[in-house]
Amino acid sequence: MTTRILPIIAATSLVALFAACSTTPEGGDKPAAKPDAAAAPAPEATARKPAPTVDLTSRSRDGSAMLKDPNNILSKRQIFFDFDKYEIKPEYKGLVEAHAKYLRENPSAKMLLQGNADERGSREYNVGLGQRRSDTVKRALILLGAKDGQIESVSLGEEKPMCTDHAEGCWAKNRRDDMLYGGEY
Amino acid sequence: MSFARFLLLCAGLCASSAWAQLAIEITGAGAQRTPIAVTPFAGESTLRPPVSAIIRADLERSGLFRSLEVPSLQPALSEASSINYAEWRARLADALVVGSLVALPNGRFETRVRVDDVVKQSRLGAVALPTPKEGVRAVGHRAADYVYEKLTGEKGVFSTLIAYVVKRGSAYELQIADADGLGDQTVLKSFEPIISPTWSPDGKRLAYVSFENRKPVVYVHSIADAKRTVAANFRGSNSAPAWSPDGSRLAVTLSREGGSQIFVMAPNGSGLKRLTTSAAIDTEPRYSPDGKWIYFTSDRGGTPQIYRMNATGGDPQRITFEGSYNVTPRPSPDGKTLAYITRNDSKFQVALLDLANRQVQIITDSDRDESPSFAPNGRMILLATVINGRGVLSAVSADGRVKQRLTTPAGDVREPAWGPFID
Repeated sequence: MTTRILPIIAATSLVALFAACSTTPEGGDKPAAKPDAAAAPAPEATARKPAPTVDLTSRSRDGSAMLKDPNNILSKRQIFFDFDKYEIKPEYKGLVEAHAKYLRENPSAKMLLQGNADERGSREYNVGLGQRRSDTVKRALILLGAKDGQIESVSLGEEKPMCTDHAEGCWAKNRRDDMLYGGEY
Repeated sequence: MSFARFLLLCAGLCASSAWAQLAIEITGAGAQRTPIAVTPFAGESTLRPPVSAIIRADLERSGLFRSLEVPSLQPALSEASSINYAEWRARLADALVVGSLVALPNGRFETRVRVDDVVKQSRLGAVALPTPKEGVRAVGHRAADYVYEKLTGEKGVFSTLIAYVVKRGSAYELQIADADGLGDQTVLKSFEPIISPTWSPDGKRLAYVSFENRKPVVYVHSIADAKRTVAANFRGSNSAPAWSPDGSRLAVTLSREGGSQIFVMAPNGSGLKRLTTSAAIDTEPRYSPDGKWIYFTSDRGGTPQIYRMNATGGDPQRITFEGSYNVTPRPSPDGKTLAYITRNDSKFQVALLDLANRQVQIITDSDRDESPSFAPNGRMILLATVINGRGVLSAVSADGRVKQRLTTPAGDVREPAWGPFID
């Protein structure tokens, strides 16, 4: 719980990691996930014996249910990048924040971040470009309170394309980061 | 089993795997090719292919020779025959190769080869090569190397090996084959990508990057016994292995300290030392043949360019200046030239940089070239390119004149690496 304060401080420096964007994001953009605002229950007036709680939510949090729930933003695991760009676009801010929160609240959770590049140019240099993309997201997650030891950022270069046509429409899908949680890799 | 029968058996086996082999097509040849006559060898008529045919094909493929049609001679000429130079001169031959396959009293065989300069009417030399039953093709390549060296003064590369990766469906195969693409063997098969194979200087091991663990890891693979060892599996990405010329060190690109930076270590991963310190991508290290320098790709100047630093680290100096994308440095075996990939408009092509006078020459006319690799004699450069949407290997002479294409019927071929001379 003491780490709760950190993300608030870090959020200001995080701004630098996201692309500066003067235009309004597209309408389809989901609102950023709000920090958990559930307030503590109001104290009762009369003294009563403490009733023990059976907490099933902790089980679902430790497990991967929310990570796979299609209605949960945590099921979204891909971040796409512009050509020759490595900063996180504003539309992915909410997604990155949600994953940071999950990692923060589940300190035993581990993430493998795989950066990818499009097929143009040298395979090994493209490993470098993919690494730059996964390192960027790892840095953002850490600024938002995830621990360095939770996240391994790696690169698959151009070797794992989502789309194999030789055109920009396809290349845009291949310039991406994939987030995998422990148990998924 | 008689030698002849063994060979027929071998021919059958070779034919059965022929679907997987690389086929060579010569798409360009040298301007002045030396006309050469290679006569059928005495005693080789049961061989498939005959040694003389292997020699002929190898010499043709170098782009430096034009093989003349030879009438069938009775009896066949051998190294012991007396040569009527005037007759061969009349057939327009500048050089003549004759020989024989001889059964020795101890039950072994040897191939004898003789090379003559027809113009000077003189014998250039002769050699006897032990011919084990399982190695007729290898003997043919050795004989071709001998002929090539006698005629050009340079070592031949016909008996060297190449390595490359074939992608067939969802499987990746790391293969080795003779320099003519035949005799392919799969040394590693995986459902995950394999990139950047590179030969140890002794030709016995390959270092490469495999993605079998959902991330790039560098392995060293001993070819004879298929033993694989992890050379670099640090946190983050591990890629771009390069052997030092003495085989004692492996330069690699690691992201363990953030970014992609060049490190050096022993091939077993011990004694790790960081060589570059930048906020940029530093990758694709390659040692100069004298071991003094490491060439590498870096985008520290804003675009990827080639730099060079002392092999023990230190301030890099920039090597390429023309263009906004120059990657994959490969120093020539004599250290005088640097091959690399340059982006020219939107084409990726092989460029050669003369390190003394800084002249740059683009030597390919394809547009998606990758991974240039010098033959150990420096004459040819093997590369990967894409023709009609399919990955193929191509070879081009260092002067850009001789061009060949190596294709395989099913699958994409990429990531070629030409192996060293084998003694």
